[in-house]
Amino acid sequence: MSMAADDIARLIKERFPDAEIRIEDLAGDGDHYAATVTSEAFRGKTRIQQHQMVYDALKGNMGGVLHALALKTTAP
Amino acid sequence: MNPQGNVQDWIGKQIAGNDVVLFMKGTKTMPQCGFSMQVAQILNHLGVDFKDINVLEDMSVRDGIKAYSNWPTIPQLYVKGEFIGGCDIVREMFQAGELQGLLTAKGIAHNAQTLTA
Repeated sequence: MSMAADDIARLIKERFPDAEIRIEDLAGDGDHYAATVTSEAFRGKTRIQQHQMVYDALKGNMGGVLHALALKTTAP
Repeated sequence: MNPQGNVQDWIGKQIAGNDVVLFMKGTKTMPQCGFSMQVAQILNHLGVDFKDINVLEDMSVRDGIKAYSNWPTIPQLYVKGEFIGGCDIVREMFQAGELQGLLTAKGIAHNAQTLTA
């Protein structure tokens, strides 16, 4: 099972329209990604809250079809 | 590991009863997932005594811990009852020296090494 990088970016963008998103396909297999997401929405939030917000935007795909997404979140 | 009855209660007791708990795939000596291995390695590197709970041994714990923390992935690190994060956050904190600071603040014995090379 896997998920296209574009789909990941689209789901994140839907939730955080201001977000700057960079996604790397780490293994070239469409299954192991690293994402860097920068959004004002993260300001003042803990890392756990920031990641939870992104996981929530991914609508249950994280931990399911999306096994490996190394995540880094920051406010601009 | 033998959760009987309410798995959420069982998870709560593990977290309350151990200063440092890592819910992981595999064990600290034989991790079965690269992400779990990374966190176990960081804790070992810091000389932290921690309890490892292998979620692969019990599906109810594997699902239960995700619900417990509202966090969709394994591993999950808890220190003194507080959810610290998964692999990305723990690694980021370790590299920044924040994890060591947190352990010190919470009175967890560890050696003060930071990342080198």
